[in-house]
Amino acid sequence: MTILTDPPKEQFRLSMLLYDTRYRSATIQVIAMFAFMLLAAWLINNAYVNLNTLGKPISFGFLGEAAGYDINQRLLEYDNRDSHTRAALVGLFNTLLVALLGCITATIIGVFVGVMRLSNNWLVARIMTVYVEIFRNVPVLLWIVLALAVLSESLPLVKSFRGDDPETSMSLFGMLAWSNRGIFVARPLMTSLGWLVPLVFILSIFVVRWLSKRADRIQEQTGDRPKMLWVTLATLVVPAAVVLLVVSQVTSRTDYVFVAAGAESPASLAAFAEETKINYCHASGRAGSLQGLNYLEAQEVAAKRRNYFSNSASATAMVNEKCNLISVPASKADALVAELSGRLKAGTPVSIIPETFKEGAAIQIEAPEITPKGIARFEGGTHVRNSLLALWLALSLYTAAFIAEIVRSGILAISKGQSEAAAALGLRSGKTMRLVILPQALRVIIPPMISNYLNLTKNSSLAIAVGYMDITGTLGGITMNQTGRELECVLMLMLVYLAISLSISGLMNVYNNSVKLVER
Amino acid sequence: MSDVSFVRTEMLPEQDPPGSEIGAIGWARHNLFSSWINSILTILSFAAIYYVLAAALPWIFQSSWSAKSLTECREVFIEAYGTTHGHACWGVINDRWLQLLFGFYPSHLYWRPVMALVLLLGALSPVLFSDKVPSKVLILTALYPFVMPWLMWGGTIWAPICAAAGFGIGYAVLRFGSNYIGELGAMIAAVVAALIWWLVLSGFVSDGLSSLLPIGIESVASRKFGGFMLAILLGVVAIGVSLPIGIVLALGRQSDLVIVKALCVGFIEFIRGVPLITLLFVASLLLNIFLPKGTEFDIILRVMIMMTLFSAAYMAEVIRGGLAALPRGQYEGADSLGLDYWQAQRLIIMPQALKISIPGIVSTFIGIFKDTTLVSIIGLLDVIGLASAIRADTAWNGVYWELFAFIAFLFFVVCFSMSRYSMYLERKLQTGHR
Repeated sequence: MTILTDPPKEQFRLSMLLYDTRYRSATIQVIAMFAFMLLAAWLINNAYVNLNTLGKPISFGFLGEAAGYDINQRLLEYDNRDSHTRAALVGLFNTLLVALLGCITATIIGVFVGVMRLSNNWLVARIMTVYVEIFRNVPVLLWIVLALAVLSESLPLVKSFRGDDPETSMSLFGMLAWSNRGIFVARPLMTSLGWLVPLVFILSIFVVRWLSKRADRIQEQTGDRPKMLWVTLATLVVPAAVVLLVVSQVTSRTDYVFVAAGAESPASLAAFAEETKINYCHASGRAGSLQGLNYLEAQEVAAKRRNYFSNSASATAMVNEKCNLISVPASKADALVAELSGRLKAGTPVSIIPETFKEGAAIQIEAPEITPKGIARFEGGTHVRNSLLALWLALSLYTAAFIAEIVRSGILAISKGQSEAAAALGLRSGKTMRLVILPQALRVIIPPMISNYLNLTKNSSLAIAVGYMDITGTLGGITMNQTGRELECVLMLMLVYLAISLSISGLMNVYNNSVKLVER
Repeated sequence: MSDVSFVRTEMLPEQDPPGSEIGAIGWARHNLFSSWINSILTILSFAAIYYVLAAALPWIFQSSWSAKSLTECREVFIEAYGTTHGHACWGVINDRWLQLLFGFYPSHLYWRPVMALVLLLGALSPVLFSDKVPSKVLILTALYPFVMPWLMWGGTIWAPICAAAGFGIGYAVLRFGSNYIGELGAMIAAVVAALIWWLVLSGFVSDGLSSLLPIGIESVASRKFGGFMLAILLGVVAIGVSLPIGIVLALGRQSDLVIVKALCVGFIEFIRGVPLITLLFVASLLLNIFLPKGTEFDIILRVMIMMTLFSAAYMAEVIRGGLAALPRGQYEGADSLGLDYWQAQRLIIMPQALKISIPGIVSTFIGIFKDTTLVSIIGLLDVIGLASAIRADTAWNGVYWELFAFIAFLFFVVCFSMSRYSMYLERKLQTGHR
């Protein structure tokens, strides 16, 4: 008889938590978690205690308060009575603007330099190597400060554009001025239906793409490609041109004209202003935002005496009798009425006249003009300041050096057999590059390219060194200094950058996956 | 019919290649003028080079080294060349180069940063050129972390000795404890003992010893640090400390332990997602809020901590790349030899993974070294901060290019030599055959 005994059941002992690999990992993790939570709790508790002692417990209420500072380079409408949130948003758009511009130019320069470094022209390849080494090995902050110095020291003074025979003349037929204060460039202004023109143009592009696909299909089926040039040109130009003409002829709109300080109700605003030599003000609701979008009549009437004011400012002006006549867009009329009532002297007659304006050309080009006297400055057009230009230039050139290296190594990573096989198929070198090398090199190039775009975006925070108001300059700069809310501001700043970084890398990963080789 | 066929029976002598294919002309034909588009590019390049040199060379060499102010420079230029433009006023560098290098470090103590730098090169030499320098120099490397802060900040000699003693105590506990409480227990005991020593005891001991035997050198406050010295100091600390932290983080990210992995990933992605400048804001404004009340430690130390964390996250990603590039067989081979985790990492995985990651590690080093200039934004007087300070002086108001050129030159020399060294290291460690 044999007695079968079970193997002795292993008792769980405490030491097994350390010495048994089955349990050890759990032990380590629990300890790690515990230590992490302890550390976090300690830090948060410290922050809580310290902030309470300082008398500023965490709150985000300051975000709604008026910011009280100006942002001179901006994409969104903003003035210093807007909230800190609005200022941060303006800053965010500025960050995105410089990041986008920088990524585009850095890619163009980088690809050019990277390809040129592989050129069989010895001299060109050496020059490009020197460029890459110089830019990679010097801090980006220095490049940014240097770019600002170059722009503001070496470009012509604004003053030199003035006069009958100016020292410096504007380029691009008077559309663009390079000056030491930045670039002044003409901008398109749209009337109320002007947006139809670009819309139609974009639709035409889609139609053209559809047409070219259709041409491809026909070519595949019959071997003949239909002649497309004139059709394409016509599709692009004709509809947009028609819309432009029609909109320019047709559109008009009714605005309200307020006439104060004893003026009679005029038959026509233009005639009235001409007759009485009154001061004409146009209230846009926000200072400067409609600066160029004035009405033809008003331009003719009082080119020299136009004053542009925000709603309350024009009300103030009317009270002070600087303007005897104010026109406002219909949508702003109620606000102005509210502003005026109670501010004008009792008994001041105010007439409200609906006036219909013909708006003129659907899209007008407003070129910058130098002021004829007084302080020399450009009026009209868009002002791209040196701070933005310097940041853009420096970030592009700096990042381009890295992108060039990525492009070069990407191209070198493609084995020589590929280009030899392409040559054996009879492809010319241009087509070899376009159809064989680059599509394969892209797979090597894209992941490091993404991280360089991210670096560029993060480096754009150095804007603070040249005074460009990006999100670091607004939320992490003036807002933080004014409100003294360091913790909240830095936290939000970090979250914003984290969100930007994660979304860029997310988007780029989607793209990366779409071009990835499908493997077994 | 006669046989007219002719068969040559001896070889013709080789002819020289045509003159247009050899020598300088041949080289130029092949490399500069091989096609019409290349010829155009070459001519354009020569034009560009001429344009740059025509502006740069007179600027650099027709310059003034001795002037004591910008106005003096301009007078000299007017006298010599008739114009103020296009000539460098190197007088500013001549006047202020010590300040640009050392900041406001007391001038009679300049030997200390210089000594620290020399010792740094000595301490690095066995690491950088392991085949040429005797390995005994490694003792210097081990001592350097204690000597360098003492040289830079000065003070009593007992502080660095006590800091070093912590490691000695830990090692002693490990050595003797392992006989009684097992290896793991001894390791924990060693860490605890060292921590207790550093946090609680070493302060008293150091104070006591320095009152008994006051040996020390003049101490220098952190706010006097500046210039290129500050960049090197921050760079060296961040680089040196971030490499081990980066290795640990990379291993954590690769590990099977879910929670450890999550913590590492969270840390790395967070740091990599925000710009360094926000971390420097944390260093200058927030770090004190997160520490117990009354903890005051100086701004340079805080900046060092944040820069180290920053570069550690980048380092971790570079090393993770190296780890991922290792073939799976290496891990399995290590397992099959019966090596435990740390042995496998130390003997098999890390030597190969680090070798693969050398280019990435060095470019992270270069990046972090360049990024030290950002401290000028939070008000430390590094080279760029000093450049603005110098410009604020009436004598040098308006000097831009000379200062920028000097700063760029300093950084270029250091970064360029680092990248060349990485190429040398790659070649040296190249054990495969090509």
